[in-house]
Amino acid sequence: MSFLEYRLKQAPTGLRKVLYMNWPLVVLVTAVASVGFLMLYSIAGGDLDEWARPQMERFGVGMVLMFIVAMVPIWFWRNMAGVAYLVAFILLLIVEFFGDVGMGAQRWIDLGFIRLQPSEMMKFTLVMILAAYYDWLDPKLVSRPLYVLIPVLLTVAPTVLVLMQPNLGTSILLLLAGAAIMFAAGVSLWYFGAVLALVVSVVVGVFTLRGTPWQFLHDYQYTRIDTFLNPGADPLGAGYNIIQAQIALGSGGWSGKGFMQGTQSRLNFLPEKHTDFIFTTLAEEFGFIGAFSLLTLYALIIGFCLVAALQNRDRFSSLLILGVAANFFFYIAVNLSMVMGMAPVVGVPLPLLSYGGSAMLVLLVGFGLVQSAHVHRPR
Amino acid sequence: MRRTARETEETARTLTRRTLMLGGAMTAMVAILGVRMRYLQVDQADQFKLLAEENRINIRLIPPERGLIQDRNGKIIAGNEQNYRVVITREAAGDAELVLRRLAGVIPMTPEELERAIEEVNALRAFVPVTVAERLSWEDFSKVALNAPALPGIVPEVGLSRRYPLDRDFAHVVGYVGPVSDKDLEGLAEPDPLLRIPKFQIGKIGVEKWMEDTLRGKAGTKRIEVNSAGRVMRELERQEGDPGTDIRLTIDADVQNFAQARLGEESAAAVVMDVTTGDLVCIASSPSFDPNLFVRGISHTDYNALMENDHRPLANKTVSGAYPPGSTFKMVTALAALEAGVATPDTRVRCPGFIEFGGRRFHCWKRGGHGTVSLERSLSESCDVYYYDIAQKVGIDKIAEMGRRLGLGQRFDIPMSAITEGIMPNKQWKLERHKADWRIGDTINASIGQGYVLSSPLQLAVMTARLASGRAVSPRLVRMVNDQELPVPEAPPLDIPADHLAAVRQGMYEVVNGDTGTAKSSRIVDPTLIMAGKTGTSQVRNISAAEREAGVISNEDLPWNRRDHALFVGYAPYDAPRYAIAVVVEHGGGGSTAAAPIARDILLRALSDGLPPLEAYPSSQRGRIESMLNELPLRDPVTGMTPVRTRA
Repeated sequence: MSFLEYRLKQAPTGLRKVLYMNWPLVVLVTAVASVGFLMLYSIAGGDLDEWARPQMERFGVGMVLMFIVAMVPIWFWRNMAGVAYLVAFILLLIVEFFGDVGMGAQRWIDLGFIRLQPSEMMKFTLVMILAAYYDWLDPKLVSRPLYVLIPVLLTVAPTVLVLMQPNLGTSILLLLAGAAIMFAAGVSLWYFGAVLALVVSVVVGVFTLRGTPWQFLHDYQYTRIDTFLNPGADPLGAGYNIIQAQIALGSGGWSGKGFMQGTQSRLNFLPEKHTDFIFTTLAEEFGFIGAFSLLTLYALIIGFCLVAALQNRDRFSSLLILGVAANFFFYIAVNLSMVMGMAPVVGVPLPLLSYGGSAMLVLLVGFGLVQSAHVHRPR
Repeated sequence: MRRTARETEETARTLTRRTLMLGGAMTAMVAILGVRMRYLQVDQADQFKLLAEENRINIRLIPPERGLIQDRNGKIIAGNEQNYRVVITREAAGDAELVLRRLAGVIPMTPEELERAIEEVNALRAFVPVTVAERLSWEDFSKVALNAPALPGIVPEVGLSRRYPLDRDFAHVVGYVGPVSDKDLEGLAEPDPLLRIPKFQIGKIGVEKWMEDTLRGKAGTKRIEVNSAGRVMRELERQEGDPGTDIRLTIDADVQNFAQARLGEESAAAVVMDVTTGDLVCIASSPSFDPNLFVRGISHTDYNALMENDHRPLANKTVSGAYPPGSTFKMVTALAALEAGVATPDTRVRCPGFIEFGGRRFHCWKRGGHGTVSLERSLSESCDVYYYDIAQKVGIDKIAEMGRRLGLGQRFDIPMSAITEGIMPNKQWKLERHKADWRIGDTINASIGQGYVLSSPLQLAVMTARLASGRAVSPRLVRMVNDQELPVPEAPPLDIPADHLAAVRQGMYEVVNGDTGTAKSSRIVDPTLIMAGKTGTSQVRNISAAEREAGVISNEDLPWNRRDHALFVGYAPYDAPRYAIAVVVEHGGGGSTAAAPIARDILLRALSDGLPPLEAYPSSQRGRIESMLNELPLRDPVTGMTPVRTRA
């Protein structure tokens, strides 16, 4: 019996649960998603049906899912953490060997009505299992090597599978999310220092081994790094995305060119403008004011999550909320760094804005978990 | 697991502390993102606004002008002409397919061309301009310009395309250009970015191919600003490329034209070479074809007609054709024998019409035999038995060595395609190639240029030039690159004693000028232009003993492709040699009747400024020659047009 369950009587029941939800968070999420609908409508040149409507439908489905997840008691989710992780892991194995190949990478299972991306599922199941793990573990033992190794393996195993797909973006996000939870759980800072040193030496290794038979990355991944370091070298080839994205961003100026007036996106100069590069259109049409407002909305979402985590006295709940928030944050940080030319181009969408079903549903399920933890928090 | 309240308290504090640390890091990152945003959108906004203002920047390659190919006097063989074409950019067109279908209503386009254009436009990136129609007439071109508002994304352009004004005269020498194919790109580690331009043309064969690097030049680039409709607003920056380098060949286009016309519809080749410099003054192969057809993209009908013609117009017979040299090889055998000491210029051999070795009988072409024959007569009357006799004394290896020294059996490095090495056989060669020992009969056959011996007209011309000059001259096709004369390498001496050469030359003089010479009807009477030479008639079939008994079937009674090849090699003027010539007429019959007259006309053309002077011909022939020359379909010096003559 854990800390939570003998306070059950004080948890809200029935429809009253709805009142106890973290409503500001719901409003903020809806607001950001609405900005996304607006942008998708604009990018399609005023066509609702091309991207905006399907995105709204998915958001609707996602919101329903979020409410359902929120209504289920948090301890149920905690008890399900192991099962969920296992299922996601097995699905990852399946796509690795039997999955459809799309854009040169094996990423999804086609179930007919939806294309399931196990790598996306892994994003919240990993958070769940790690939170549950640290909830179970005696806090005095968190920095013991053996007990550090377990969460490291739980994180690294799916990361490697995702990397093999190959999907560099998602594997980075998984790794960062795992690290964030371990950090929050109180694992000694020495470990993080050591890993940081290792990463630096691996980066050096990646570059020194390039071109030899032992090179770590695919050629296209090297090209992305080169392009990031010097986009001007090949303005019509690999550097095209970055240069055009920055022209779009910068030309937006202080207040932007106005809704549906972005010439860069209008004339199809922007690549993947409705998915990974959607932020550039926003920045072009609404300028610094628009872009900064979006950043503020994102910061508020993360802020509310952090506050919810601090308020919650259940260890599993806190870690879960933190994990979801960190995941969300890394999405934003990697995507924005990428489109603003501060990081190489890796395939990471902008959460709640980019067009795409799996990512949207997974994010909303994640927020559903946050809500569940909030509703069922010990009082 | 149960925990004490205190433990829980402490754990909660750690969690709070770490959460706040995470929150702090996240805030810092958000701040960095915000600052970067401000930097791009506020501080750098003006610069980016400039870039994106109304449009965007486009970088395009400027194809360089291809180098010209000229004849030795600067006459253009391969030039560039204005080419009106239409280019489409998909991103500017909107619905590219619709625009192209509309375009097909404005200019003539076959349904296949339209489909191909649509396919090509869709295959490339949206901003890459694609050429959809070329070589439009000025009229069609203006129509496109007029209809521009209805054809978004379509840009009429003027470019350059290759043109061969002397069309068929140089098809085999210069070759032609064509669009880059995947095969061309294969094996290039880092292909010139120019090669990626759709329909960019590169040399496919001949000089165009082998001197591609010189002719192509370097691409320039231009940055242009395009407005939202895809129209070019202005050019921002232009970096000129380097045009290709011009090349001057050693060939004289007028002589070449004369030779090509003189060969007419025969399946034949003629090579004229300067005996001191090695300059190829004329290198004609007939029948020929119009290389411009290939530049435009040859139709199936035209291509099949070329492929199915039994005279093989596409083959460059001057360098790719390997023929048994026949009696034109006799000088080689003679020089080998003289050098080996088994014969002297005065050696005499009795020719009863045949000779027997090892129980086999080898026949002379003259049934009754030549009687007692000296070296001089053996050449002028082309006695075979004389060579059978000396050859079996010298042996094949020495003959082959002499042949090689004179330029046979080797590949000369000139920028043309499919140059054959020919065959100059020896014992070793037969062992390797046929896994068999060399036999005496092989030597007998080789001694008169039959059997295994094969050589190209180019090699025969080189051989003759070397005999005439006494030096190992090598052929040269390029005279100038970028208006700089290329140095003429000095030819090393042949190391053949002067009296040997003199004896052979004397024999060659008698061939043409002696009373019993095989080519006496092709003599030049102008004392300053006297020609020496050697005829050759090489068999392409075996003559059976039975046929020999009954009398050898004459060429006229054989189907064309079973007739003998007619050959002639010669040089002039005899006293101070300038040009050597080799003529091969495939299945032309006898060398004296089919090849020698052609060789004389071409040599005279090369030695004089205009048409061959009638005074150079024996008076009895002048009337016939004059009407023949008048009938030749020569290119008009003013209009550049070739008269079309239909046979009566």
